[in-house]
Amino acid sequence: MQKRGKLSKFKEKAIEWFFFGNGILAIIILIGIFTLLLKEGLPTFQEVSIKEFLTSTDWNPTSYSNRSYGIVSLVYSTLLVTVGSLIFAVPLGIACAAYLAEVAHPRMREILKPTVEILAGIPSVVIGFLGIVLVGPMIAKVFNLSNGLNAINGSILLGVMALPTIISISEDAISAVPEEYKQASLALGTNEWHTLITVTLPAALSGIIAAVMLGMGRAIGETMAVLMATGNAPAFPESIFDSVRTMTATIAVELGEVPYNTTHYYSLFAIGLVLFLMTFVVNLISDLVLHKYGEGE
Amino acid sequence: MESSNLKQKIGFNILRLSMLVILLILGVILYDIISKGIGVINWQFITAAPKNGMTEGGIWPAIVGTFYVTVITAVVAVPLGVFAAIYLNEYARQGKITRLIRMAIRNLAGVPSIVYGLFGLALFVNVLGFGTSILSAGLTLGLMTLPVTITASEEALKAVPNSYRHGSLALGVSKWHSIRTNVLPYAIPGILTGTILGLARAAGETAPILFTGAAFFLPFLPQSLSSQFMALPYHLYIMSTQHHDIAKVRPLAYGTALVLIVLVLSMNLIAILLRSWLRKKNK
Repeated sequence: MQKRGKLSKFKEKAIEWFFFGNGILAIIILIGIFTLLLKEGLPTFQEVSIKEFLTSTDWNPTSYSNRSYGIVSLVYSTLLVTVGSLIFAVPLGIACAAYLAEVAHPRMREILKPTVEILAGIPSVVIGFLGIVLVGPMIAKVFNLSNGLNAINGSILLGVMALPTIISISEDAISAVPEEYKQASLALGTNEWHTLITVTLPAALSGIIAAVMLGMGRAIGETMAVLMATGNAPAFPESIFDSVRTMTATIAVELGEVPYNTTHYYSLFAIGLVLFLMTFVVNLISDLVLHKYGEGE
Repeated sequence: MESSNLKQKIGFNILRLSMLVILLILGVILYDIISKGIGVINWQFITAAPKNGMTEGGIWPAIVGTFYVTVITAVVAVPLGVFAAIYLNEYARQGKITRLIRMAIRNLAGVPSIVYGLFGLALFVNVLGFGTSILSAGLTLGLMTLPVTITASEEALKAVPNSYRHGSLALGVSKWHSIRTNVLPYAIPGILTGTILGLARAAGETAPILFTGAAFFLPFLPQSLSSQFMALPYHLYIMSTQHHDIAKVRPLAYGTALVLIVLVLSMNLIAILLRSWLRKKNK
């Protein structure tokens, strides 16, 4: 009897350790991704100087005479398209969140929230396809261009894709503002709009900032939509009507064609490393803002 | 007072208008794909392989490929996700480690899908030697989906009342026995909801499978875990950007897009309905 008790105690301990191993898996994978990107990315710098990689605007790894591995124009393209998307997605997203949280009838909200989720569910390759067949021709017509595959097209698509994230997290933040704040403001004789603008939104600001950061992280890392709809010219873009090639699109276009274990191959992992670090920082900021008071969760 | 009421009227209408814009965007997306894709859809399009340099025929191998790779994704992401959630919610003492784990999970959820593709290429295709295969692609998508399944499972476990745990523990059964018989069964619908959403996303992903196993065109279905495979999202990418006669195959691309969004959105819908049923039941 006693032996059996010991055995099952051992079994219980083993089960607990098994679950612990699964529990820390997320940390292991995150470190694993970082380590493999380092391992495959760092050999780039045996041939290319870090200075050239980070400061040259010239990305041309397949040239016969004059190969160059500068990522500045790729990073700039990524940021250009991302900022362009946020310019309309942030105000639009916050306005929708405010509508859902403060204006919409509860029954209306029950219908609209899943609808926003449906938008989030549309695969990025479908959004990219619509960039080619729908948004592109529209841009070409409106701005009188030969084709509409350019930075602004990518911005429109990325904005659409970032909207559900911005809306749903901002809405949570606005809904979480204590009712007392609003009541106090209304009791002073202001109306609901004034309360929303001067009390509720400022009180929800940290959550809204986190929402915007998360949306930005998604936009920076998005691949298919920008790959399909921005034209992919690897040059330094001069305006939003120029074709651009983002970091993600560069990896997607070139990795399929390079021989393994060449400098070109390694350099694409190095771009992946920079991309990983950029999104990591953006996500970390949003995480710190969102979970500032989340010590006890 | 008059002017502040006017302001409120204008302000609220701007908010309403913003919501309308979102609905309009969704409407345009769905209308365009459905109206232009529906004409291509017939029995042959669904059940035949592409023919004549992919200018005719159907998308059956891509449907099957997407189905298989999603099954592998589920096999990876569901058990690992549930186990991790059991640790976080049932075993772990809440403290520094759990905070760190949760932060890692949230960060993993934000890692770009193309970076998962690089990771899958380096780890599964090269280091582990699985080659470009449906196995490598499924494992890559599985890791990408893991943060979703962990988060969903943890929330489902959290929703199980503590009295269920205490009741069975008081009868003297072991902790694991109590979790298995008195906690997990009640969490399953919730776990399922989140899992379906995660798998729907994985089924529609392209970037992680670009270099880990998806093929341009295969005349046959995947035979084993080490085969390459065609997939719906990758097929749509090919048909809209890489094909030699893009104008001619545009209708086929629309048909592929329609099948893909019907598949993904019906998975989403199932999850949403399951969730609202669950909420009503718990009330």
